[in-house]
Amino acid sequence: MFSLYNRRRLINFISLGVSILAMLFGLFWLGWILLTLLEHGLPGLTPALFSKMTPPPGSDGGLLNAIAGSLMMTVLGTLIGTPIGILAGTYLAEFGQRGWLAPITRFINDVLLSAPSIVIGLFVYEVYVVHVKHFSGWAGALALSIIVIPVVIRTTENMLRLVPNTLREAAAALGAPQWKVINFVTLRAARAGIITGILLAVARISGETAPLLFTSLNNQFWNGDMDKPMANLPVVIFQFAMSPYEDWQHLAWAGALLITFSVLTLNIVARVMFRQNSNHH
Amino acid sequence: MIAEKNITPKLVVRDLNFFYGEYRALKDINLTIPEKMVTAFIGPSGCGKSTLLRTFNRMYQLYPKQKATGEILLDGNNLLDKRQDLNMLRAKVGMVFQKPTPFPMSIYDNIAFGVKLYEKLSRHDMDERVEWALKKAALWNEVKDKLKQSGTGLSGGQQQRLCIARAIAVKPQVLLLDEPTSALDPISTAHIEKLIDELKEDFTIVIVTHNMQQAARVSDFTAYMYMGDLIEFGDTSTVFTNPKRKETEDYITGRFG
Repeated sequence: MFSLYNRRRLINFISLGVSILAMLFGLFWLGWILLTLLEHGLPGLTPALFSKMTPPPGSDGGLLNAIAGSLMMTVLGTLIGTPIGILAGTYLAEFGQRGWLAPITRFINDVLLSAPSIVIGLFVYEVYVVHVKHFSGWAGALALSIIVIPVVIRTTENMLRLVPNTLREAAAALGAPQWKVINFVTLRAARAGIITGILLAVARISGETAPLLFTSLNNQFWNGDMDKPMANLPVVIFQFAMSPYEDWQHLAWAGALLITFSVLTLNIVARVMFRQNSNHH
Repeated sequence: MIAEKNITPKLVVRDLNFFYGEYRALKDINLTIPEKMVTAFIGPSGCGKSTLLRTFNRMYQLYPKQKATGEILLDGNNLLDKRQDLNMLRAKVGMVFQKPTPFPMSIYDNIAFGVKLYEKLSRHDMDERVEWALKKAALWNEVKDKLKQSGTGLSGGQQQRLCIARAIAVKPQVLLLDEPTSALDPISTAHIEKLIDELKEDFTIVIVTHNMQQAARVSDFTAYMYMGDLIEFGDTSTVFTNPKRKETEDYITGRFG
């Protein structure tokens, strides 16, 4: 009996050790990435980065047009994708217990969730860009929204399913019609989780390059018109980092740093929010 | 003592059968629940007492595979009739659950939520209604200064009284209590039992409980159920001191169950 206990302790010790090593291995690469980014990107974080446009090689410039374009397309993509995602997720969680439509929707959504983003870019290129015959911010936002939708559907459904059934019964027992039960009780109970899902979707699309390459392309100048090609951070980083010009490469590093830390911040905010709200209940 | 009171039937159950899919969970139940009194359903787990309770407000209709046959007359009208409007039924028959179920909103809104479904009250009238309900549920003194705070921040016992307040704010005629104290500590339980005693002045109360002492303490009538059958029904003192059926006696004395 005693040796059994010792054996268990030994196995516990080894498992714990392996887990810690695995964690350190993952963190090591993340740390290295962040360090490299800081090392190369930090010198580029000047006021000019936020106030000047992307320059031709050899002259001074910043990333203002790319930052603005990224923000506009990300916000618009989120605004298009979020309502659709929340509505579809609510349908799946609240009405999808019977019938054939819900399982099929769920399956297609899973496929969409794991679809390579370059496919989504090509799709929007084919159905939109080819027809209007020019790249545009609209097309970019559309492609991003298609990436947002499955993420929001999945999190909305999961979060609504975490709401205990007794809460739905309690609201129904008062005589509330189903739409009121959903709007005022279950969606509210799942609110923190759903917002977290939206933030994670925003984080996901703010680094996407492939879908924008075929849709919004790029623009060297300031452009506030969504119907024209639009500069954006990922594509600028891609183009500048591949170039032989050193000043462009510096700007690419600064842009990469910007995106990474925005995404990191969004992730942290999402986690803190979710934790606060789940402690509350 | 109870026999002297005027007994008016509030709910009359006739030949009620209940099915979870193919499984028959209630078998030919016949029962009369008197108005403005407390009726307790007791019996071992799985005997069908909660199932019976949930037919009175047709809670089972949330789930597609459950169905009831027979009649349940509420003041003479069959509430199992398809033409019976569900929401109007639930305005008359309120329910409180085993686990406290405060909605994720303020204490005030928790109570106003149900009221708003049926009545358009002015701000002032709504304030009065909320206060009335909270006083009836013996919670007013503890929460009157924090009506805007979330209902989920209250203690378990307070949450359960909030749910009772929410149910009675709609002014139902019947109040269904499904093991309302099984998740609470003894002090909160005592609070709620005292409350049940006061509430029967205005409401017909049906309570499901696992706790036989509780049934003996709070109820006027007791129904003992086993395996989907109603074994015995009568006034509580008779059922507990002089049961007609051997099965009831065995359960009550703890020899079984």
